[in-house]
Amino acid sequence: MQKVTLGRVYVWEIPVRFYHWLNAFTLLVLCVTGYLIGAPLAIQKASEASFSYWFGEVRFIHFVFGYIFFFNFLFRIYWGFAGNRYANWKNFIPYRKRQWKEIRQVIAVDVLQADNQPIETIGHNAVAGFTYFMTFLAFLFQCITGFGMYAAMSKAWFPKLFAGIVPLMGGDFAVRQWHHVFMWFFILFALVHVYIVFYHDYVEGRGEISSMAGGWKFIEKEYHPTLKEAKTDGSAKK
Amino acid sequence: MPAQPRPTIWEHAQSKGVSRREFLTACAWMTAMLGLPVSAVGQVTKALETKPRLPVLWFHFQECTCCSESFIRSSHPGVADIILDKISLDYTETLMAGSGHQAEDALHDTMTKYKGEYLMLVEGSVPTAAGGVYCCIGGRTSLDILQEAAAGAKAVVCWGSCASNGCVQAAKPNPTSATAIDKLISGVPIIKVPGCPPIAEVMTGTIVHLLAFDRIPQLDGLGRPKAFYSRRVHDTCYRRPNYDAGLFVNSFDDENAKRGYCLYKMGCRGPVTYNACGVMRWNGGVSFPIQSGHPCIGCSEGNFWDNGPFYRHLPNFPGFGIETTADKIGLAAGAVTVAGIAAHAISTNLRKGHLIREERDASEDVRDGRAEQGGS
Repeated sequence: MQKVTLGRVYVWEIPVRFYHWLNAFTLLVLCVTGYLIGAPLAIQKASEASFSYWFGEVRFIHFVFGYIFFFNFLFRIYWGFAGNRYANWKNFIPYRKRQWKEIRQVIAVDVLQADNQPIETIGHNAVAGFTYFMTFLAFLFQCITGFGMYAAMSKAWFPKLFAGIVPLMGGDFAVRQWHHVFMWFFILFALVHVYIVFYHDYVEGRGEISSMAGGWKFIEKEYHPTLKEAKTDGSAKK
Repeated sequence: MPAQPRPTIWEHAQSKGVSRREFLTACAWMTAMLGLPVSAVGQVTKALETKPRLPVLWFHFQECTCCSESFIRSSHPGVADIILDKISLDYTETLMAGSGHQAEDALHDTMTKYKGEYLMLVEGSVPTAAGGVYCCIGGRTSLDILQEAAAGAKAVVCWGSCASNGCVQAAKPNPTSATAIDKLISGVPIIKVPGCPPIAEVMTGTIVHLLAFDRIPQLDGLGRPKAFYSRRVHDTCYRRPNYDAGLFVNSFDDENAKRGYCLYKMGCRGPVTYNACGVMRWNGGVSFPIQSGHPCIGCSEGNFWDNGPFYRHLPNFPGFGIETTADKIGLAAGAVTVAGIAAHAISTNLRKGHLIREERDASEDVRDGRAEQGGS
């Protein structure tokens, strides 16, 4: 019987984990408040408007978290240049032949399940990386359209930077519509993302889920970045 | 013989028997129209005393003339009269006395005599399909007339949504290829005054600005005068506090509608529409749609006919048939995703199950092996 020897690899550094969970929480808040803004609750009550402000508060929360979301996103882009090799921006854009090969591999092994060859990647695999790149583009789109709409009701200089998107898309109506459509992209993304994390942990047993808490993954020796040498030595002795 | 200098607005008024008092009253009105303080009256008066009357050509293309109707109903006493007196309206199909060759002559006289000086007002869009035959005046297509007149104009004002963004005749499927004016001409300043129709005071205000300052008013990103289009109907709506308080009308016949709550859920376009309705209101400041209990339909925004239905917050999603909003599509896509996840999870157990079991067995072996070692 073949023995699987695992080695620990520190994959996700603290800034990546911090970004991830802040981003997850922010997205949750933004989706909930955003949906409420689009479809407010049907409350039947007789009261003067001056006695409550709940819708104003929902919008306020949405705007505040919009800022948090944007700057957290900027920070992650910075960390794509400053962080370790698993956080590097190169993981997200498939510009190398090896990444395209891995995309085909991942589709065969994990999506279509037609094959069982091992995938060596320790951090994001090429499909995941590319998907995250797409979400980054969606982040950017949501930030631009969101702040673009916000510019009309804000006196701050920052949202004004994005005001140009409104005439570009033909008016607030279209901007609001697309901002709303992209909310669904995040909801679908979250569904698939959570499932896939469970899937990987279930099939590969590398500690995929806990890696975003502690940063460590458990990697088979033959793919382990530092244990590789030891392994080849061992097999040579045999 | 040198050309006689054109009379100034003040001189022209005098020739019409206007007294100094009446003239100053008109100047004060104009200043008020521009939203300027009393201290600016002097400036406006000086401008009208020294500036010659502005020759104006007012064209009517694909439109219903509601802009003209709105304009001549300017609420403040005689504002439109003042404007019509102060400008020299040399050509306008619906209001001019002359017709036929006389009218055409007047048009050509102005275009040649005041080349580069006249103001061009355009009501209506221009059809470009089939060589522009869907709108012909005096045997020429509107496209032809537009391009000729715009070439010598000082500035072009697009009256209403037709000229600004195509309005109803440009709605899908737009059989005549009705096109907004700014897409057909270039090289001349264009001011858009959208609305179906625009508010009369907004129209006169725009003209007064051009008249008094001889300068294009400050425009926003879509080419609309900032003085009237910089705020959303929502921002100046008297029902706005209900919005912030989360008090919404849920159907036209509910209690909330009687209480005058916010019409946001009834599809009100106030939050996405830039206009001065909430401030200036209509018919002499009497009311505006929201005040009458009807949601804003966003008539001054581009594509407002295609952004339907009017009584729903989210529009129909293009390409998915009627009564389909982004939320319905999103929910369906969510259901498909969950189904896909479930199918994939089942497939995982079927196709990867043996791998997982092997690993588990190997793990058992390790544990058992250790136990044996410990026992020996």
